[in-house]
Amino acid sequence: MTRAVQRIVRYRASTRINHWLVAISFVLLALSGLALYHPATAWLAVLFGGGPWTRILHPYVGVFMAIAFALLAATVGGANRVDPADREWLRRWRDVVTNNERDLPDVGRYNGGQKLLFWTIVACMLVLLLSGLVIWRAWFTALFPIEVVRFAAVAHAAAATVLICAIVVHVYAAIWVKGSVRAMTRGTVSPGWAWKHHRAWFREVLRGGGRE
Amino acid sequence: MALQSLDIIRRSATTLPEPQARGAHTGQVAKLIDVSKCIGCKACQVACMEWNDLRAEVGTCTGHYDNPHDLGDQVWTLMRFTEYENPQGDLEWLIRKDGCMHCADPGCLKACPSPGAIVQYANGIVDFHEENCIGCGYCVTGCPFDVPRISRKDGKAYKCTLCSDRVAVGLEPACVKTCPTGAIVFGTKEDMKQHAAERVEDLRSRGFEHAGLYDPSGVGGTHVMYVLHHADQPTLYANLPAEPRISPLVGLWKGVAKPLGLFAIVATAFAGFLHYIGIGPNEVDEEDEAEARREVEEERP
Repeated sequence: MTRAVQRIVRYRASTRINHWLVAISFVLLALSGLALYHPATAWLAVLFGGGPWTRILHPYVGVFMAIAFALLAATVGGANRVDPADREWLRRWRDVVTNNERDLPDVGRYNGGQKLLFWTIVACMLVLLLSGLVIWRAWFTALFPIEVVRFAAVAHAAAATVLICAIVVHVYAAIWVKGSVRAMTRGTVSPGWAWKHHRAWFREVLRGGGRE
Repeated sequence: MALQSLDIIRRSATTLPEPQARGAHTGQVAKLIDVSKCIGCKACQVACMEWNDLRAEVGTCTGHYDNPHDLGDQVWTLMRFTEYENPQGDLEWLIRKDGCMHCADPGCLKACPSPGAIVQYANGIVDFHEENCIGCGYCVTGCPFDVPRISRKDGKAYKCTLCSDRVAVGLEPACVKTCPTGAIVFGTKEDMKQHAAERVEDLRSRGFEHAGLYDPSGVGGTHVMYVLHHADQPTLYANLPAEPRISPLVGLWKGVAKPLGLFAIVATAFAGFLHYIGIGPNEVDEEDEAEARREVEEERP
């Protein structure tokens, strides 16, 4: 009984691959987007072969990310419906950030913070995709009036800023809550991790449910 | 423009001053286009094509005098013809030579994300340096006059240079040199304003009571100015904007949003750093694993 504790499967291989495709395209997009955003980060264009290549590649990678994310959202979206327990969890965010989880409501597959993040990302992705198409000069910009193009440029920059901040939070949360990264690399978590952070899901798994 | 000019007062996507030892001590330049003197001969278009070696594709007739139909990467200046019936019922043929206005506060330069793709010289000329252009089209988004055009051939943005290469060696722009009626004149901005004032006075004495100079303050004034017979209605002249200014959306995008966005990202990352060092990670300990094991045991029949 001592070492033979079975790990719990949290993500299938297909979800993990999907997640990392989104992650890699996000990093490429954030770096190339920042290269086009502020003089202080303009040097990032060298990573993509210079300014013109950065401009050419960015929107194609963007479309790739939009499709990959749509698939990922379809997989995990169902488990991200916000319920009253999540609101209670979010109201007690002070206990969350100070690592006092004991008295928080039991958490299902995702906690309130993860759900909030998920929907933030969904909203940003939608704005980025639509505004990005409008300012994609090689193909679509000519179809829109100039004021729409200007609005899209602002919306794209704003949504990108929110998304980058959201992903910084997402990455930090994975560093902060030890044992999480393994769920996305190897697909499994320890029973203790599931019991501590997602108790309702842990019990669901024990009863034979909780699969993706 | 690979030549070192040492008189750059503004450069796109750049935060430190550029070489600007040489100033415009004899005054900034301006081109004055007197619409009331223009006969629509298009010699200026031809001169522009000749000097700059530009050849637009030969188009088709659409029952309109504008030829080509629009500005383009090969069309840096274009006569736009408007048939206007004035309140007296008379026809007025308003012909405006369109092209870059060389704004003192250029929306294209403000919007450009590529360091050094757009510069403003001490003499007021706004110039595109295409070797630095990445073809994003932000200059088109930023321009209040809808002037820059992206080439389908090389993906670069083009527009009137105010013949910066000629002006740099003391020549006037090609269109000015060729204009047969003297409708286009070139000199210091002060001289051009003075000349315009005389022309306006003359036009007013001939019954054009609203004649005036078009030097819109919304973009800080321009280095291409018009004398208009109906300065109270600039939009009559093929939709010349009445009060052009950099769009507030472009101002927001390229003004406060840029530093704010970068700050937000850095601040979020910094908050993570403070949290990790201050409060620390959330770890699963042996007790948690033991609790989990107990529940697993209980669940087993």
